[in-house]
Amino acid sequence: MLELKNVSFGVEGGGNNGIKEIIRDVSFTVPDDKLIVITGPNGGGKSTIAKIIAGIEKPSGGSIIMDGEDITDMSVTERARKGIGFAFQQPVRFKGIEVFDLIRLATGRKISAADAREYLSAVGLCARDYINREVNSSLSGGELKRIEIATILAKAPKLSVFDEPEAGIDLWSFKNLIEVFEGMRRNIKDSSMLIISHQERILNIADEIIVIKDGRVCANGTKDEVLPSLISTESAVRECTGIKRGGDLDA
Amino acid sequence: MLEMDEIQKRILNEVAGLHDVPEGAYNIRANGKSAGRASTANIDIIPREDGQGLTVKIKPGTKHESVHIPVVMTQTGLKEVVYNDFYIGEGSDVVIVAGCGIDNCGNQDSQHDGVHRFFVGKGARVKYVEKHYGSGNGRGKRILNPVTEVYIEDDGQAEMEMIQIKGVDDTDRVTKAELGAGASLVVRERLMTHDDQNAVSTYVVNLNGAGSKADVVSRSVARDKSYQKFDAVITGNAPCSGHTECDAIIMDEGRILAVPGLEANDVDAALVHEAAIGKIAGDQIIKLMTLGLTEAEAEEQIINGFLK
Repeated sequence: MLELKNVSFGVEGGGNNGIKEIIRDVSFTVPDDKLIVITGPNGGGKSTIAKIIAGIEKPSGGSIIMDGEDITDMSVTERARKGIGFAFQQPVRFKGIEVFDLIRLATGRKISAADAREYLSAVGLCARDYINREVNSSLSGGELKRIEIATILAKAPKLSVFDEPEAGIDLWSFKNLIEVFEGMRRNIKDSSMLIISHQERILNIADEIIVIKDGRVCANGTKDEVLPSLISTESAVRECTGIKRGGDLDA
Repeated sequence: MLEMDEIQKRILNEVAGLHDVPEGAYNIRANGKSAGRASTANIDIIPREDGQGLTVKIKPGTKHESVHIPVVMTQTGLKEVVYNDFYIGEGSDVVIVAGCGIDNCGNQDSQHDGVHRFFVGKGARVKYVEKHYGSGNGRGKRILNPVTEVYIEDDGQAEMEMIQIKGVDDTDRVTKAELGAGASLVVRERLMTHDDQNAVSTYVVNLNGAGSKADVVSRSVARDKSYQKFDAVITGNAPCSGHTECDAIIMDEGRILAVPGLEANDVDAALVHEAAIGKIAGDQIIKLMTLGLTEAEAEEQIINGFLK
């Protein structure tokens, strides 16, 4: 279980004291065996929250607790070893590192090409064509994105954080992406998932939905509580002013 | 069996991947003397009269054969200049594996300067692999100054892989090539310098024949306080195509100077150069850290991949 308690994050520039607050007093819980989707307007702070969980950004206030242990001051590496996986919104390219290398590093052990094939097949890539490809600019954005997801499958983390996994998924249906998420829920024991997404079909498989706007939690509840009011605003990216926990609209 | 001690055998394995005598033609030079030599029906290895090098003659039409000519040095203070000439007969297709390893535990400099000349016949194809390596904790430097000259006749092809990853204190490498019509040259250089090492790599490629082409690519990493200079000039004297690229990672207090140069003396010469120097991208390190690697492990993986 992961808990964010009163997490804040600011960057230099703007504001009264020269600090611009990106995340303000955010608290929520990701229980074991649950799939949580964070949604909300662009620029609202969703990706920053994901990076704070992975340890890439350090919060200026508040704490992060994983399975009862305070991990606020832990490095990216320590958190990864505790079981946090993070799929980048824009996957990183490497000159010379091959797809197989990346998957092997993700598993943290020696694996065979056949083992790696399994993860690539799960994201709809033919292993034979990809396993020895360099993870460089010869791959399309969509291919990189699928390889990024394959590294998370290979790592099999206790908590997987996906930052807009649907962005750039070309020629590969959403149905497959959703199957990947459902497969992870089945196959990784006690695992939980936190997905940042604007997509209704991903919101639809959530157990709980958190809406982040202007760096704050502006709604947090079960899918059935939150989703109808989001959809009624036409799009999940639209403003959600007025939605609060429980999904009721303010009068 | 080779008349070599364990250190020499270890160095031999580093530079040539050999544990014992290889198949095909070979000459293994250890501390200035031949430790083993064999010719084959198609490949003749003839020692020079002064003992300082070899003439290697490959018969026209020789296919899928290899020549190994590694050099190991374990004696401190030894300095040698070795001249090797390779005559690669028309229409042949061969692999030549060179390489030099120096283990210097003493306080005097050890130096091997190999002057290699390749005469690639019409339509012949040669792949040349050269690996340089140094080890030993003496104060004496390990110095390698290779000079490589490549003369490629019409429709000949040369592919050269030159690797220096570790332990060579000082190197001044010069590679010159002259290409005839339809000839091609591909160079892949991999270089890593560390501590106070110094490495200069100079290429002078002349594309003289119509349809000739050259692709010279260097990937390098300069760490600690090391210095590198990459100086590659391609001259197009005929309708031809040439590409040179220096892609370098800089770390710590390392320094790199890239001097790409192009000269077109024919309106149909198409020449391109690329050079990029920069530190390891932060997001590459972070991605590998999210997979559980430490920062140092992530850097190592990135560099290993980059220099592969």
